[in-house]
Amino acid sequence: MSAEPKLTIRLRGVSKSFGDKKVLDGIDLDVATGTSMVVIGGSGSGKSVLLKCILGLIEPDEGVIEIDGIDILTAPREQRAELRARIGMLFQNGALFDSLPVWENVAFGLLARKLCTRAEARARASDILAQVGLAASVGELSPSELSGGMQKRVGLARAIAAQPEILFFDEPTTGLDPIMGAVIDGLIVDCVKRMGSTAIAITHDMASARRIGDRAAMLYKGRIVWEGLASELMQTGNEMVDQFTHGRREGPIQMELRK
Amino acid sequence: MQVPQGVDADWFDREVPRVTALLDLVALVGRVLVGACRSSGRLALFAAEGLSHIVRPPFYGRMFLRALAEIGYFSLPVVALTAVFTGMVLALQSSTGLSRFSADSAVASLVVLSVTRELGPVLAGLMVAGRVGAAIAAELGTMRVTDQIDALSTLSTNPMKYLVAPRLLAGLIALPLLVVVADILGVMGGFIIATVKLGFNSQTYIANTVNFLQTDDFVSGLVKAAVFGVLITLMGCYQGYNSKGGAQGVGAATTSAVVAASVLILAFDYVLTELFFAR
Ligand SMILES: Nc1ncnc2c1ncn2[C@@H]1O[C@H](COP(=O)(O)OP(=O)(O)OP(=O)(O)O)[C@@H](O)[C@H]1O
Ligand SMILES: [Mg+2]
Repeated sequence: MSAEPKLTIRLRGVSKSFGDKKVLDGIDLDVATGTSMVVIGGSGSGKSVLLKCILGLIEPDEGVIEIDGIDILTAPREQRAELRARIGMLFQNGALFDSLPVWENVAFGLLARKLCTRAEARARASDILAQVGLAASVGELSPSELSGGMQKRVGLARAIAAQPEILFFDEPTTGLDPIMGAVIDGLIVDCVKRMGSTAIAITHDMASARRIGDRAAMLYKGRIVWEGLASELMQTGNEMVDQFTHGRREGPIQMELRK
Repeated sequence: MQVPQGVDADWFDREVPRVTALLDLVALVGRVLVGACRSSGRLALFAAEGLSHIVRPPFYGRMFLRALAEIGYFSLPVVALTAVFTGMVLALQSSTGLSRFSADSAVASLVVLSVTRELGPVLAGLMVAGRVGAAIAAELGTMRVTDQIDALSTLSTNPMKYLVAPRLLAGLIALPLLVVVADILGVMGGFIIATVKLGFNSQTYIANTVNFLQTDDFVSGLVKAAVFGVLITLMGCYQGYNSKGGAQGVGAATTSAVVAASVLILAFDYVLTELFFAR
């Protein structure tokens, strides 16, 4: 292996405003191939928008986003679509297709890429559902019949089904009980280690941040205020990160509450 | 001066000297025109992309059949009832107006021509716009605001191809079929009133109907229906696809889809009639 780690994802100066509200303000971020990056930050700090920018679902106002050295903002449409197909995404709210049964949701990417026939898809879906702790019978239900946590796990199953090279998780363990949260963290780590995927995960859960992440970054007011090893999250010496990870009310981050 | 709101002010407005009210007015008209051009341009691009996906693989047969059932089959009762009553009313109205002349042939011809040329396609179009246009806008709008459309594109599926193209094709095919049914039932409604209530001779009525009806009348109605079918599904898809802002946004998209489709149906009805019959 070369000394210089290969970069799968590279962001430079990515900015995005909605109206006159600046959500991302010059983000620089590198994620090396086969590693996972955890992004933390307050609610509304732009974490979900960041992931959607990398996916090409939101067009940033400025900046460069490269995946495997290809600038996705200037690449032709087919190439963008190809890149996007290599990314599996768990959306914050699940975003399950409510017109399809759960098993078809899970196998959707497999069927779309013709990686298996409809007949095989059902069995494949059951396998993947089992990995996220759901019984095969759940596959026959409609997404609206599931609890929030179950929907999240189905969303996760759908994201990892086609074993994509790049995985984005938007709050994978929010709404799960602690044990299931640990199981899902294990599954994510497994995906990264076993399949060699590159991952970006957003989380508010410090325990899970340390379990999932190789590296971590903190987003505040549209900027990356800290980046480092995820294992050092609890003792970074950075006041903002400290306040955030320890959940203190006093500190440099002021919540915009009315006094 | 107050800059009128709504359209991007800056590039159009930057250098307009704010001296007279007249110039303000010109600027306002310009802005509205630019805004109108921009949104119709966007709609045209959307339509072109959606229609082009109908002929480019991969095809989603399952989605197409679902849309066809939703637009065609489940609209049958509504369209059938509308057509029967329209035919009945036409016969009744025209017989009271025309009774002094040779009502026999006049009623039959009036019913069959109005139904096949105009009322069949237009009324079926309006009914389907209310039913299906709203449903499409609501479904796609919900998919948009819950990230489902974004999710599609991360799963190697082009949402325009998967969601929009099958619906456009289904509209194109289903509406003419519905109008065939509407034509038959409309004429039948007129026939029932003419024979049962007005006491016309049924054989002469049928003979008159057949004599007056020409292929052009019937075909022009079907062409209109095909155009209306595309308009209805297009407006539903466009509004739903571009909706934002949660449940309220979806509601607004639904309303716009139905209103826009209905107005466009009437406008295109005029244009197509002009093309077919104005000599
Ligand atoms: N489509 C949009 N239009 C306008 N504003 C938006 C849009 N999407 C996001 N925003 C704004 O961008 C900001 C960041 O949103 P984002 O969803 O990225 O937050 P987040 O960091 O993921 O928060 P959370 O942890 O609560 O999920 C929010 O203030 C939100 O109001
Ligand atoms: Mg978020």
